[in-house]
Amino acid sequence: MQLIPCPWCGPREEAEFHYGGQAHVAYPSDPSALSDEEWAQYVFFRDNPSGPFAERWSHSAGCRRWFNAVRDTRTHDLLAVYRVGEPMPEVAS
Amino acid sequence: MNFRTPTGGTIDRNTLLHFTFNGEGFTGHSGDTLASALLAHGVHEIGSSVKFGRPRGIVAAGSEDPTSLVQIETPFPEPMLLATTVELYEGLEARGLAGQGRLASISDPARYDAKHEHCDVLVVGAGPAGLVAALTAARSGARVVLVDEQNQAGGALLGVDEYLDDRPSASWVADIVAELKSTPGVLVLERTTAFGMYQDGFVLALQKRTDHLGFAAPASVARQRVWRIRTKQTVLTTGAHERPVVFPDNDRPGIMLASAARTFLHRYGVLVGSRAVVFTTNDSAYCAAINLAESGVDVPLIVDARPEAPARLATECAARGIEVRAGQVVTGTEGEGRVTGVHVAGATVACDTLLVSGGWNPVVSLFSQARGKLRYDAELGAFVPGEELGSVRVAGSATGELDLASCVRQGREAGSAAVVAAGFSSRGQVPLPVSDSRCTSRSGLVLWRVPGDEDTSFVDLQRDATVSDVLRATGAGLRSLEHIKRYTTIGTAHDQGKTSGMIAAGIVAEALGVEPADQRPTTFRPPYTSVSFAALAGRDRGALHDPVRVTAIHPWHVAHGALFENVGQWKRPWYYPQPGEDLHTAVLRECRAARSGVAMMDGSTLGKIDVQGSDAGKFLDMLYTNMMSTLKVGRIRYGVMCGVDGMVIDDGTVIRVGEERYLVTTTTGNAAKILDWMEEWLQTEWPHLDVHCTSVTDHWATIPLVGPKSRDVLAAVAPDLDVSNEAFEFMTWRDTQVAGVPARVCRISFSGELAYEINVTAWHGLAVWETLMAAGAPFGITPYGTETMHVLRAEKGYPIIGQETDATVTPHDLGMSWAVSKKKPDFIGKRSFARAENQRADRKQLVGLLPVDPSVLLPEGAQIISSDHLPEPPVRMLGHVTSSYPSAALGRTFALALVRSGHSRIGETLYVPVSDALVPVTVTDSVLYDKEGTRRDG
Amino acid sequence: MTAELVSPLAAWTSRLPSTVSERPFLSQLTVRSSDTAAMGSVLGVAFPSRPCTFTEGSGRFGDVSVLWLGPDEYLVVAEPGLQVPIEEGLRACKGSVVDTSAQRTTLVLEGPHVRDVLAHGCSVDLHPAAAPVGTCVQTLLARTGIILQVTGADTFTLLVRSSFAEYLAAWLCDASVEYGLLGETPVTGRPQGHR
Repeated sequence: MQLIPCPWCGPREEAEFHYGGQAHVAYPSDPSALSDEEWAQYVFFRDNPSGPFAERWSHSAGCRRWFNAVRDTRTHDLLAVYRVGEPMPEVAS
Repeated sequence: MNFRTPTGGTIDRNTLLHFTFNGEGFTGHSGDTLASALLAHGVHEIGSSVKFGRPRGIVAAGSEDPTSLVQIETPFPEPMLLATTVELYEGLEARGLAGQGRLASISDPARYDAKHEHCDVLVVGAGPAGLVAALTAARSGARVVLVDEQNQAGGALLGVDEYLDDRPSASWVADIVAELKSTPGVLVLERTTAFGMYQDGFVLALQKRTDHLGFAAPASVARQRVWRIRTKQTVLTTGAHERPVVFPDNDRPGIMLASAARTFLHRYGVLVGSRAVVFTTNDSAYCAAINLAESGVDVPLIVDARPEAPARLATECAARGIEVRAGQVVTGTEGEGRVTGVHVAGATVACDTLLVSGGWNPVVSLFSQARGKLRYDAELGAFVPGEELGSVRVAGSATGELDLASCVRQGREAGSAAVVAAGFSSRGQVPLPVSDSRCTSRSGLVLWRVPGDEDTSFVDLQRDATVSDVLRATGAGLRSLEHIKRYTTIGTAHDQGKTSGMIAAGIVAEALGVEPADQRPTTFRPPYTSVSFAALAGRDRGALHDPVRVTAIHPWHVAHGALFENVGQWKRPWYYPQPGEDLHTAVLRECRAARSGVAMMDGSTLGKIDVQGSDAGKFLDMLYTNMMSTLKVGRIRYGVMCGVDGMVIDDGTVIRVGEERYLVTTTTGNAAKILDWMEEWLQTEWPHLDVHCTSVTDHWATIPLVGPKSRDVLAAVAPDLDVSNEAFEFMTWRDTQVAGVPARVCRISFSGELAYEINVTAWHGLAVWETLMAAGAPFGITPYGTETMHVLRAEKGYPIIGQETDATVTPHDLGMSWAVSKKKPDFIGKRSFARAENQRADRKQLVGLLPVDPSVLLPEGAQIISSDHLPEPPVRMLGHVTSSYPSAALGRTFALALVRSGHSRIGETLYVPVSDALVPVTVTDSVLYDKEGTRRDG
Repeated sequence: MTAELVSPLAAWTSRLPSTVSERPFLSQLTVRSSDTAAMGSVLGVAFPSRPCTFTEGSGRFGDVSVLWLGPDEYLVVAEPGLQVPIEEGLRACKGSVVDTSAQRTTLVLEGPHVRDVLAHGCSVDLHPAAAPVGTCVQTLLARTGIILQVTGADTFTLLVRSSFAEYLAAWLCDASVEYGLLGETPVTGRPQGHR
């Protein structure tokens, strides 16, 4: 049972969290201006790196706050957590 | 025969315990294992092997034993236990197994539970290194947990006759344990095996709490407990296992590890035989030979594979009449059942016991589970921890160190480093004990096997896997140990290859002509020792397996004979059968009441979310396909929510409570999901919006009151409310008093009939329900369940999200284009509606189906085809039946279905394969009842 | 006619462990605000300034606790019957207020084994050094969400969703078995209807 450090509540067991997929994928400002392909990129396509990956998590059984985390997909180690709106911190990969 | 020594061991000779093995009665003592008690009676043969049916005995004295599999019959049947780890109790009945056990056919009445524990330092293994590590940490004031799989601390000291600091080692151990147990913040867990090590200092340990009490185990005490330990720092003092050497016919009962013979002697006061030959590659087995000889066992011979025997030990042996032959090996054994002779240099030496030592394997399972890399130590012939891990330290013989003085020094260093890393200052130095031991064993020869008959040279005794199997694997071209493990099954049995894994790797290396160091060892995975499913389940079984959510009105439903349906975690009344009624007749009755009189149900499970803030309307406009910001205070609108892909995810009503406040409802199963969905958008995309969402699902009890007489019933219980159609229009709400308590009444309908939804706090739910039942009695008010609700809404063509939809259905597919705003510049899903895929004419669309024979009920999920005979496969499916019911209102059966181009097929005849027949059906509009909506206003 | 109040655990009063009791019908309001000073002065209690804590005070609504639920989210708890005046009082301040009084019920747990019982299902470290009096965490207990307050040396308050209350009560009874807190055979849940 991995610990996930909620930026507000501190480390809690992963069972308290929901996964929210890749972070920093902004909702397009004007979807109607996008081609079908561009829109499909937003809706269906996400990165799948081997290594550090910025993703969104929600402390759903705790403070219900969404936050971002950089997770190394090879080890599941959480390299950094940061609040929504903050830039992705530099991490050693 | 009695093989019990007159004195010695930690058994309680004053306690006589009776047990049976394979139906035969025996006695033993408190402190015995089943194995030691059997050996005390000269019983070596425990069972037979899984594949070849060869007799098998006892190889080791602990959990690493590969062979002594038994089934316990009392007090509860349990298969696949090791005789070496079953503590003896009065009335124990056991049977030897032929390699596999039999599960009990009845439910286990014992309690199993789990408990969380947090500590600064966890020490795994209470041998000398672990005890020193734990004491070092404890004296620093840290929270310490010490776990050990044995019923008493001491580890390897339990199996030897060493003195520490000029006193029996047990006395040294007892003092440390006493100090640990009396130190606040220290938890010592005996009979507890750390079986899994995970990220972030998470360790699972199984404690066998009452197994050893047998029939005397109190029912209220959990028999086994899974400790969920979260530690900052870990010290692994898990010790080492002796490994055998492989040679032909190495599997006979009576052939065991030399250290096991010592343990049986010193811990249990049991001699493992009358005449024992020793076969070794290192010094440690000499001590076993000397100990046994001093205890009266005839030890004629030590066969030492090394070119030269150790001089001092050989001299000691000679003084006891033990011949030592260096540079020789055991090439085979003989015996019917138990070993009666061993082959050495072409001759047979008679014996009833053969003690084997091929060196020591550090127990690195947990270290490896913690992702520690292993390194091959060529001198030991074993894998040892090969790197430093941040919060996991290894000390003692688990590092490959076999000298006690070094082990305890490592223990102290590791304990001190761990406690400092956990933020404490190490206080003073725990004094290290000095041993009188004669044996060290660094000077071993690495020998995996003796050449000979490969078909009877067993590598994994539990799997009956031989040298032949290994060579067949390498001969077939396999090189990776992981592949060979799976091909040969070596290391996959209950013992997980504790004694066989390293040897298999060595034999593979020899066969491939490489060094073991060049191979990657197989990955150690949890559990280290077997854990029963009952223990893993703990208390999460039966009624506690999953929470059952109930509404405030639930007791009434139970008292009135409702049958229940699980909806998510909720229990919802399914229908209320009257005497003699089945589902079908009860639902027809409930439907008739709703359409011709008055009926009510418990709708409290609907998700309810309070949405407040100056941007609430703007926010809901983005979430719903239709416009919510234009909704007037006091009014209600039905809404559909889609994902960004344009597919329907939920629906419900939105009521505008105030200028900046809405209350939205979700489907029962989606309440949490939709609140999460709202928060996700609010927090990650639109944090600038002034909107707050709060779940009020459990706060409100919700009672839909349905039917032409519902107005009369409401009027009777809500005297302040003008219930007339003009004063209280469809899709509006009023705050009033119902049954004398504050209530919010909504005029909405999920059945097409005149209907109200009465909301009161959950505290009032039961009383208001009962008041409504009483007020409705003159009108024949009828409680109804989810089945009737489904029929009523299906007659009106209202979809159920998750039944008519499956994440591939748009609002347009449901015929709900009317609920999709064309004015709003954007909302979630809008852009996807314009995708080419969403514009296809042959999308599956919601329609009604009327079987041509009005008595035929279509099965839900049935496929739909266009031809009146079944063509050759592949058969083109047009869609499937999503809902199907008999209808009281229609006087016939009907169904809803998703059908390709369904909206343009109205009137067509299609076919539904049911068993061997093709049922003809007519495609209709999805609204089958009161299409004009005349019943809505009563 | 006035309907009587029924609490979620009304049927459990005599079945709960001796160290567990329900405190039903407390006034509870979920408050969202970034300007809590004004709300605090209305209630007579300063809002918690740190995550995972709660504060207590007394004012015109009597004794009031304010529980930190999230950044800018709080639960105001007061004696029964005060939810309407408190809501009206707080509406004058910037932020949102929702009456959630019946959303959760409250259990008080006490006694020397309270941490043992909770440790059977709660993964949060409740050692006094890690969770001193004044701690308030939202977490999971067994399989349901709870709000847990450390209110005294050996006293805890749990808030649980009303629909999960019976599950939690059954779980608490079961977890208390080893500690001799139940006079009779453990209750492992209500009899269920079946489909």
